[in-house]
Amino acid sequence: MSASVPPCLEADAVRVALGGRTVLDGVSVRLEAGHWTAIAGPNGAGKSTLLSALAGLRRVEAGTVRLDGRAIAQWPARERARRIAWLSQHGEADGELAARDVVLLGRLPHHGLLGAPDAADLAIADAAMRETECDAFVARRLASLSGGERQRVLIARALAVDAPVLLLDEPTTHLDAPHQRTLVRGLRRRAAAGAAIATVLHDLGLALAADRLLVLVAGRVAVEGPPDDAAVRAGLARAFGDAIRIVRLEADGDAPARWITVPRD
Amino acid sequence: MPAPASASPVRANGAMRLAAALALAAAALALAGLAAGAEGWSLAWREEWPLVAGIRAPRTLGALLAGACLGLAGAIAQGLFRNPLADPYLLGSAAGAGLGITAVLVAGGLAGTGIALGSTDWLPRLGLVGAAFAGALAGVAASVALSGGAARPLVLLLAGVVVGVLAAALSDLLTLASPEALRGRQAFMLGTTGFLGWTSVALLAGALATCLPLSVRFARALDALVLGEASAASLGLELRRLRLLLVAMMALATGAAVAQTGLVAFVGLAAPHLVRRSVVVTHGPLLALSALAGAVLLAAADVLARAVAAPRELPVGLVTAVIGGAYLLALLRRRATP
Repeated sequence: MSASVPPCLEADAVRVALGGRTVLDGVSVRLEAGHWTAIAGPNGAGKSTLLSALAGLRRVEAGTVRLDGRAIAQWPARERARRIAWLSQHGEADGELAARDVVLLGRLPHHGLLGAPDAADLAIADAAMRETECDAFVARRLASLSGGERQRVLIARALAVDAPVLLLDEPTTHLDAPHQRTLVRGLRRRAAAGAAIATVLHDLGLALAADRLLVLVAGRVAVEGPPDDAAVRAGLARAFGDAIRIVRLEADGDAPARWITVPRD
Repeated sequence: MPAPASASPVRANGAMRLAAALALAAAALALAGLAAGAEGWSLAWREEWPLVAGIRAPRTLGALLAGACLGLAGAIAQGLFRNPLADPYLLGSAAGAGLGITAVLVAGGLAGTGIALGSTDWLPRLGLVGAAFAGALAGVAASVALSGGAARPLVLLLAGVVVGVLAAALSDLLTLASPEALRGRQAFMLGTTGFLGWTSVALLAGALATCLPLSVRFARALDALVLGEASAASLGLELRRLRLLLVAMMALATGAAVAQTGLVAFVGLAAPHLVRRSVVVTHGPLLALSALAGAVLLAAADVLARAVAAPRELPVGLVTAVIGGAYLLALLRRRATP
């Protein structure tokens, strides 16, 4: 079924070098509408680099990144920004802006630098804040929030772009379990509504909950496919030097299979 | 059901209240500035009309305008470099202006014309002001060029440090050749409102009328930079061009102020701080309010400088340095206490 859905964002044999070191080497991936892809792999495998290259924020030395069939570099910046929402891994956002003004920045690609958010923009920003449950501190300064609160504001900022492609780098950082669950449910709902989603996740239990798993090792794709595929799970364990064991959870009724990882003794 | 929309009017009210308070303070200081003379306070403006219209009025207005330029430039710098300790003199504008002034003073000394900083003749005065302004802009332009455009803010900052050190060294070298320029240069480094005339007022007003609306119009870029460089780029912003534009606004506002008043310390650093302490706003209102706060700060320092040791007068830069230093110390202590 999914093969007939046109892909939104794809990388083909992408190579990226940072400071003379090859970080990605011949990486290909297709992010398709209706799917949530988790990108996992050991530290330094190139996960964040891949995500920012997919977002068009990083120049690739070889290969291509295409959005809706067109090279990402050829998209006008603002049009691209309306199609792709990207959340940075680094919690570098800091400052004296109120949480709500931060979330409203997600509407910038829509109303433009010289425009101003209208009622519809405000409604979308407020909905995003409700979704990540940060509507209780809309007026507080970003700098005064706890790590988890700040992360929820930043996720709401990315959701407020309301883009068909959602690229989130470690979105669950600092989030407690209930908010992780809220986030995953929101991602599933958006994917079901036709969004193409990729998240870099170091929490492998969450990564195994995605529709597809892309495992990077040393800048190359080690394995890719649905977590239900035993070969994909074996590839994931191998990527971490078999230091983890992947265990199937007892499914409730006819719920789909769930997997968790535990460290090997 | 929470009602997030209610947060907005509250904040808007806070910003309006602050703006009204600052405007009121500016008006009061303007009156005080017109009344403060070498022989104490006087409201007998009719009798002293030539003095009030020719000296006190342009000086007071000029102090308000130069302060506004510095407050605005400081707020732009702090937003651009995402650093609350950034100030308008960062990118070589101060040292560049210093070099310009020194060069003209030395050239005048060598030519035997003996240009003094306090010269009221319009030709040497224009030469000094023009040299300071050109030096400030050239300092920033050199920093931008050295950093290969304004693509990386950290590299730009470092380039500014390099330009600052080199320009200061060149100024020192020039004063070695012509020691009499030292006094004039020192007066410039201290900062003074004593030489502000109607021409200064017109020039400062022109700079502010250009920089304030333009930078407020592009202030959303500074908001987006709060998220970090890459996130701002992901929102479709052409950061390179925007940063150049904002650096240009900062340089123009700083250059105009520095050329008329010398290196007045702390106003550009403290004005945005005062505003952020009082209200939570985006950069649009922050830039405008910082300009107002800068105006109030410099006008207050100017009145103080004239009144504290009357009939003698302190350099206004000394007053702002003392007040600003005390304020920053208080801020540090507040931050240090858990």
